[in-house]
Amino acid sequence: MRVLSKRTRRVAEMLEKGAAADLSTLKARPVPRPSRWIATVVVAVLIAMLFHGLVTNSAFGWGTVGQYFFSPLILSGVRLTVILTVVSMAAGIAIGILVAVMRMSRNPLMANASRLYIWFFRGTPLLVQLIFWYNIGALYPKLSVGIPFGPSFVSVSANHVLTALVAALIGLSLNEGAYMAEIVRAGILSVDAGQTEAARATGMHHRLIMRRIVLPQAMRVVIPPTGNQVITMLKSTSLCSVLAIAELLYTAEIIYSRNFETIPLLIVASLWYLLMTTVLTIGQMYLERHFGRGQTTMLSLMERNPW
Amino acid sequence: MVNSSVPSSVNGDGPPTYGGFVRIVKASKWFGSTRVFENIDMVVDRGKVLCIIGPSGAGKSTLLRCINSLERLSAGRIYVGGELMGFRERGDKLYELTDKQISAQRSKIGMVFQRFNLFPHMTAIQNVAEAPIRVLHQDKADVMRRSRELLARVGLSDKEKAYPAHLSGGQQQRVAIARALALQPQLMLFDEPTSALDPELCGEVLDVMRQLAHHGITMIVVTHEMGFARDVGDEVVFMDGGAVVEQGTPTDVLEHPAEERTKKFLGSVLGRSPSAV
Repeated sequence: MRVLSKRTRRVAEMLEKGAAADLSTLKARPVPRPSRWIATVVVAVLIAMLFHGLVTNSAFGWGTVGQYFFSPLILSGVRLTVILTVVSMAAGIAIGILVAVMRMSRNPLMANASRLYIWFFRGTPLLVQLIFWYNIGALYPKLSVGIPFGPSFVSVSANHVLTALVAALIGLSLNEGAYMAEIVRAGILSVDAGQTEAARATGMHHRLIMRRIVLPQAMRVVIPPTGNQVITMLKSTSLCSVLAIAELLYTAEIIYSRNFETIPLLIVASLWYLLMTTVLTIGQMYLERHFGRGQTTMLSLMERNPW
Repeated sequence: MVNSSVPSSVNGDGPPTYGGFVRIVKASKWFGSTRVFENIDMVVDRGKVLCIIGPSGAGKSTLLRCINSLERLSAGRIYVGGELMGFRERGDKLYELTDKQISAQRSKIGMVFQRFNLFPHMTAIQNVAEAPIRVLHQDKADVMRRSRELLARVGLSDKEKAYPAHLSGGQQQRVAIARALALQPQLMLFDEPTSALDPELCGEVLDVMRQLAHHGITMIVVTHEMGFARDVGDEVVFMDGGAVVEQGTPTDVLEHPAEERTKKFLGSVLGRSPSAV
């Protein structure tokens, strides 16, 4: 009590004297943070070591990396990787929307069929699925078009139709569809029921409401995880190398199996993957901005940083 | 309360266009075994304003939503402009209308919601122009010109390009009214349009609604604004417990209520005796 009153008196004295003191700025000594300095030094040293290694360690073979970076074989691999990604992703999104709508159907058979699909394709490894599709001929040697349980009109050999590339596209698309279904469903559920109601009250019919009101608003929720999925898909196409499909990783493997420059060629492949994912990330940012219009946070962001 | 089936006078008589622009006949609604309202009869003449008042849970909003088929009646009929809502009547059989046919019926009725429900990804003018362009397929330039006029009519000429998130509650509700008017409806439904607004923002919305009433638009308004019901309503209905307790002119119902329940409700809403309204 006495200590406190002494201090109070001192403050009062200071305030009296301090009529002349400058109160317009608030200068104070910052709290010393030695641990922050130590951490900074440690990380700086690690980064220096990393770059030193990159430059001095000849095993990286930067010359070889440069030599093969634009080689026709690698470029053809890049092209096939892009094709695999784009086609599987497009098919995966289409399947995803369909399965999501089925999942929300009032018909229990529809909803459960979609649940079963998601359960199976999310629950088994993609690599296993790819090998499975590649060997599907062993299970169904013939593919036919006809009446279910009845006669067939056209029949072809499975091995003839299901080439490695087709098997890869089917495998990647069906796997992607299961993930996209859940993403699309979350997006649709995120739209307030009042929106559908208001749209119905203005005489819009079901499909128009989906297209004009619900899906555009769902996109805001759907795009960030979908961006993730595209990047994952781009990298997952490298699994197709086990089916001897000449995508980016497989072309790198072909080259280093001949010249034994394993590390430089893996670096070539990695740099291409990084380049492509970077482009995708930038594209995603623009998409998010487009579909975020009307959102308060998005509007203020755009005003601050009209990039 | 016993009779929940359709009265014979409605059966097979063809569309009863007589007596009233909006006719609600023996309307009942249950959610499962929960009764929302039962045996409601109401008539609104063209150009008149009907105000429905009553405690929450009285079934007012659900009744309003049944008029444009946002909810489906469990029994009874609702006619707007002589047209049976939600069904086609042939002989003594009812046929469900398709989604598109119901949508066409709804496009003739404007509705304003308690929570505005503006489309957040569209600007004010896009909200207003959406349905005329997409539903009625009207000429775009023409629709934009009329949408601009409607926004001016609700006093929001300067907010054309604003997104809903940048508008106050009162402004959003006025855009919502303009959106409902854009279809040139024969009937406007208001579901507690000022209940989600701060008290000082209610006035601007009520003013717009007053103006509409003076222009002779047929309106059904579920409201807690007793002042509005008294000044603008041609008729006031007091609902409680899923039934119409009392109905008549605003003076009759609000100032000289006959029923005990009406007196009690008005007393609690106004915080004083009804005669002092």
